[in-house]
Amino acid sequence: MTEAQIPAWAAFVVVGLAVAGSALSLLGAVGLTRLKTFYERVHAPTLGATLGMALVLAASVVWFTVVEGRFMPREILIGLFLTVTTPVTLILLARAALFRDRTEKAKDMPDKG
Amino acid sequence: MRRILPYPVLSLGLFVASILLSASVAPPSLVLAVLLALLAPIIMLALGVDRVRLKAPKAMARLAIDVAGDIVRSNWAVSQIILGRRRHERTSGFIHIPLDLRDRYGLAVLAIIVTSTPGTLWVEYESATGRLLLHVLDLVDEETWVRLIKDRYERRLMEIFE
Repeated sequence: MTEAQIPAWAAFVVVGLAVAGSALSLLGAVGLTRLKTFYERVHAPTLGATLGMALVLAASVVWFTVVEGRFMPREILIGLFLTVTTPVTLILLARAALFRDRTEKAKDMPDKG
Repeated sequence: MRRILPYPVLSLGLFVASILLSASVAPPSLVLAVLLALLAPIIMLALGVDRVRLKAPKAMARLAIDVAGDIVRSNWAVSQIILGRRRHERTSGFIHIPLDLRDRYGLAVLAIIVTSTPGTLWVEYESATGRLLLHVLDLVDEETWVRLIKDRYERRLMEIFE
């Protein structure tokens, strides 16, 4: 890999965005272990899938805009497809859990709609 | 118009996606993008998918801005909960929301909004009754959540899709 030269201000912006984004994703992972019930845990990874993802992608946009010297936000596509596909997994997991809990007649389960 | 571009929104999306993927506006990439935008909708025609009709661009813009703000706010709120920086006792739970929105694309967008906002999770939607089941991480007041979903998102989605 060739070493790209970018100005210091751009490096700070890229690093700041990337670290903030990964910190949020890490926090989501920590949430997975700290929250108590399954339904609570499903909320945690969305941190990384929304704002965390957006910050990392923003870092990537700034990096490639500065290095290539032109604005081509391909990352928009990554963000778009992550955003429209994540709910599918989460809703599937939540519904599977609900089905299991209803079958087992767990406590505090909502009635059917 | 309808014969050439049966799905204008899809065609536009494919065109932009193709340009972004090839990362150039040189003639070959433009031709590829136009071909994709013209040919791919033919497959959709064969599948008989409903057309998306988008109205009220103003409502779309306002909704997008609000959702972006809500995502940032709720990211912050959920971070605080995970870090255990909450003063009052937190309860999480399920709530039922009666929806009037019936358009399937509108419902899909609502599902994406609700799921993308940390702290709320779309669990189940009963299309016969229009009742939506949500799980909320920090459930302070049920009525506030029902009002939030209905007034902030559902009303605008109905403006846009119905």
